[in-house]
Amino acid sequence: MTLELSAVIAERHLDVALTVGGSETVAVMGPNGAGKSTLVQVLSGLLRPDAGHATLGGRTLFRTGSPGSPGEWLPPHARGVGVLAQDALLFPHLSVLDNVAFGPRSQGRGRAGADAAARRWLGEVDAVELAGRKPGQLSGGQAQRVALARALATDPELLLLDEPMAALDINSAPFLRSLLKRVLAGRRAVIVTHHVLDALMLADRIVVMDRGRVVEEGPTAAILAHPRSPFAASLAGLNVLAGSLAGAGVRTSDAGLVAGRLTGAFAGAAAAPAPGSPAAGTGSPASGPEGLAAFPPSAVSVFLAPPQGSPRNCFPVTVTELEPHGDHIRIRAGRLAADISPAATAELRLQPGSRVFFVVKAAEVAIYPA
Amino acid sequence: MPDLGPRNRPGGYHAVPRWVYLLAAAGALFILVPLLGMVAKVNWAQFIPLITSESSLDALLLSLKTAAASTALCIIFGVPLALVLARAQFAGQRILRALILLPLVVPPVVGGLALLYTFGREGLLGKSLNVLGIDIAFSTTAVVMAQAFVALPFLVLSLEGTLRTAGQRYEAVAATLGARPSTVLRRITVPLVLPGLLSGAVLSFARSLGEFGATLTFAGSLQGVTRTLPLEIYLQRETDPDAAVALSFLLIAVAVVVVALTYRAPRQPKPAVDAAETAVP
Amino acid sequence: MRKLFRLPAAAAAALLLAASLAACSGGAAGAGTTAAPGGTRALSGTLNVFAAASLKQTFTQLAATFEKDNPGTKVSLDFDGSSTLVSQITQGAPADVFASADQANMAKLEKAKMAEGTPAVFATNVLTIVVPPGNPANIATFADLAKPGVKVVVCAAQVPCGAAAKSDEASAGVVVKPVSEELNVTSVLGKVTSGEADAGLVYVTDATTAGDKVKAVPLKLASPAVNKYPIAAVSTSKNQALAAAFIALVTGPGGRKVLGSAGFGAP
Repeated sequence: MTLELSAVIAERHLDVALTVGGSETVAVMGPNGAGKSTLVQVLSGLLRPDAGHATLGGRTLFRTGSPGSPGEWLPPHARGVGVLAQDALLFPHLSVLDNVAFGPRSQGRGRAGADAAARRWLGEVDAVELAGRKPGQLSGGQAQRVALARALATDPELLLLDEPMAALDINSAPFLRSLLKRVLAGRRAVIVTHHVLDALMLADRIVVMDRGRVVEEGPTAAILAHPRSPFAASLAGLNVLAGSLAGAGVRTSDAGLVAGRLTGAFAGAAAAPAPGSPAAGTGSPASGPEGLAAFPPSAVSVFLAPPQGSPRNCFPVTVTELEPHGDHIRIRAGRLAADISPAATAELRLQPGSRVFFVVKAAEVAIYPA
Repeated sequence: MPDLGPRNRPGGYHAVPRWVYLLAAAGALFILVPLLGMVAKVNWAQFIPLITSESSLDALLLSLKTAAASTALCIIFGVPLALVLARAQFAGQRILRALILLPLVVPPVVGGLALLYTFGREGLLGKSLNVLGIDIAFSTTAVVMAQAFVALPFLVLSLEGTLRTAGQRYEAVAATLGARPSTVLRRITVPLVLPGLLSGAVLSFARSLGEFGATLTFAGSLQGVTRTLPLEIYLQRETDPDAAVALSFLLIAVAVVVVALTYRAPRQPKPAVDAAETAVP
Repeated sequence: MRKLFRLPAAAAAALLLAASLAACSGGAAGAGTTAAPGGTRALSGTLNVFAAASLKQTFTQLAATFEKDNPGTKVSLDFDGSSTLVSQITQGAPADVFASADQANMAKLEKAKMAEGTPAVFATNVLTIVVPPGNPANIATFADLAKPGVKVVVCAAQVPCGAAAKSDEASAGVVVKPVSEELNVTSVLGKVTSGEADAGLVYVTDATTAGDKVKAVPLKLASPAVNKYPIAAVSTSKNQALAAAFIALVTGPGGRKVLGSAGFGAP
C-alpha cells in the first residue's frame, strides 16, 4: 500500500505528484525555494493545497471537492504521519520520557503502557539514560535522537524528515545518519535533504524538485550516474552540458559539439547519427532528441593553450574560483569544474580571471537522453 | 573599560542610557509621591478601629470575594477569547478585537450604564430574565459582572500578546503526534503560556478590586451586598475623612501585597525556530 | 448772615463729596465691581457659584435673570454634592458663592473661616416618595415602603438627603430596608426613572424637576425632616460686590418666587 500525492498551491507555485511505496525511503532534494518543505507541510496536514488529493495506505488524507461532491480533509492528528524537523521541537515543559510518551498517550494508551513504549523507543535511539532530563539539558544531537524516538513511538504510516541533520554539528550527524538507516529500514519515509550522503545512505529513490515542480526522479544510483537536472548534476558532482543529440555527441548552444560515449537509451541507437543533423563541426544545434553530456571534474585537464594531438573536447573558459577539494584543487569556471593537483595549479599560475582551456577525452564523457 | 552607567557591573552590559534613568525616576516618583502624600495623612492613632469597623470589614471582605469571582470569570471567558483572537482566522477579527478592548477606554460609569440597560429590570435581556425570576441589579452578582466587564480586556490583552509570540510550532508537532485539539490545548498550549496567563489574571484581580463607577451605576451601594471598598471610601469622604484615608491605605496595601506576590513579568516562551520555514518560497 | 450760610453749605458740599468718594472706593479691588443701587457704575465680571445638585434648575434660572439684569456679568455654575463642593472650596477651588443643601456642610466652610459674614438660609426642602409612572409596587403610604419585596432606593446616611430619610423613618416608625443607599440624590432619582427601583426617597424639588418621569407620593408626616439651605459668599473671593448682589437676588422676592415654584419651602 502506497502513498500517493498530488497537490497544487498556486501562491507558492507548487505543482507536485509523488508516490512512495510501502517500505521505501524517498529523498526529496532540490535548491532553496524548490518547495520541499511545503511538500512536507502538505503531507503532514499543516497546509491545505488549492487542489489535489492524497491517499496513504488506502486512507484518503485529503481530496479537493468538485461540484457535486464535497472535499475531504483529514486533520493532522488523524493522519498517522510523523514528522522530524531540523529543530527537534521537544516540548520544553515535559521530561524526555514524557515527550516520547506523548504520542502513545494521545492515542489513548494509559500511562504505564505509554511509558513502556517510550522507554523501548528511547532504547532504539540509544537515549535511555536521558529519560529523566528536560529538553533544555540536551545537546542538539541528543535532542534529535529523542525527537526521532518521539515520532516513531506513534508507529506512523509515513515518516517525514525535513533536513533532520541540518542543525547538527559535524560530529553528531554521522551517528544520527546510521541510526536513521537502521530505523528507516522497512518503513515508509520521505526525507528532505541537501546532502548527497543522506540520499546515498538512506534513500531508495531520489526526487528532485525545482521551483515547485518535480524535475527528475528515479533510483538513487541512476540519478547520480546520469543526472538530468542542474541540481542533480551538482549532487552527483558531475559536469553536465545539455543540447541535442548529434552523432556520438551532444551539440550544445554555448560549448559547441561535445563528443562522448553513448550510454543508456542512446547506446542501442549508437551507429546511425540522428536524421537531419550533420556529423560534426558547424551548424546550430540540430533537431536531434535532447541529450546530456556528463563527465566528472577529475577527467578534466587544464591547459593554457589548446592541445594538439588526438581529438578531445576542448572548452575555452574563464576561471571563476578555486577551492580545496580533498587533496585536489577544484577549478571552477562557471558551470564547469576541473579537479587538478596543487602542483599543477601552481605551475599554471591559475587565478580567478585566468583564461584557460578545459580538455576532456571523449571516452570520459557519458551521453544520455535528457 | 567603557562607562557602564550608574550601576557599574563589570562584565555586564545594560543598554540603558543614563538620561533614561532620569526620566524613569521622574515617572516612578510621579506615582510614588502621591501615595506617600496619602500615607502621610493617615490617622495612625485611630487606624485599627477605623479599618476594623463593621462597615469597613464588610466592604473589604466583599471586595475580596467579588474580585476573586470576577477574576475567575475573566479566566473562563478570557482564555478562549485570547486564543481565538490570537490564532483563529475569521472575517471581522480586527473589529472584534477593537470592541473587546473598549472597556479599557470607556469610562467605567458608561460601562455600568450599558450593563444596566442590558440586565436591568427594563433592560434588553433583563426583561426576559425578570420573567424567569432572575433579578440581577442591586445584587452581589451585579458587582461581579461589573468588575468582570472592566477587567476582562486586561487578561485578554496580556494573554493574546503572549500567545502570538509563542507561535504554534509546538502545537503543530503535538498534532502530528496524534493529539486532538483539546488535548493539545490542555497539555501543550496552556502550560506553555501559564506565566502570561497568571500575570493577566493578577492584573484583572487588581482592576476588579479598584472598580468603582460601573459597580455604583449597575449594582448600587448597600453594606455587605454591593458596597465594595472603593464605594465605602467614597461614602466615608462625606462625613469621616480619617476613615476614608485609612480605608484608602488599606486598599492600597492589599493591592500591593497581591500584585507583589503573584505578578511576575511574563517570561516570553522561546519561539520555536524551524529553518525550513525560512526557505524562500 | 451770609457767612453763616456759607459755612454749612461748604460743609454739606464737603460731606457729599466725601460720601460719594467713600461710596466709590467702598468696593473691594477688582474688575469694575463698584455697585450702588441705581448707582453710576454697572456690575461686570464673572461670578463662580458652587451650588448643591438639588439647586440646579432654580439656580440656572436665577443666573440667567442676574445676567439679564446686569449686562456685562456672567455667572458660572458648578453643581455637585454639597460635601464635595465644600472640600473643593477649602482646598482652593475658585468659588465666589457657596449654596449648600444643609447647614452641616456650610458649617465646614465656617470652621475653615472661609464664609463671608453670616450665611443666610434661603430655602428649605423636605423629602417625598417617588415611584415610576405606573407605580408597579402600588405604593400609597410611607408604610408601604416596608412591604417585603419592594425595591426601595435611598440616599446613604452620610449625605444630607440620607440623614433626612433616616430622621423621617424614625419619626414615622417605618423601617425601610433599601436595596441600595446611593451617594447622591440624583442617583436615587435615576434608579426610579429607569424603572430599576420600585420607589425612592428624594427631595420634593427633585420630584418636581422630574415631571412625569416619576409619580410623587407625599410622605404626610407631622414633623418631616427639613433641610435648610444656606448661602454665603466665600471670603477669599475677589468679587465680593458681585457675590453680594447675587445673594441678594437669591434671598430676595425674585429668588423666593423661583424657588417656591420649584417646590422649595420658605426659609
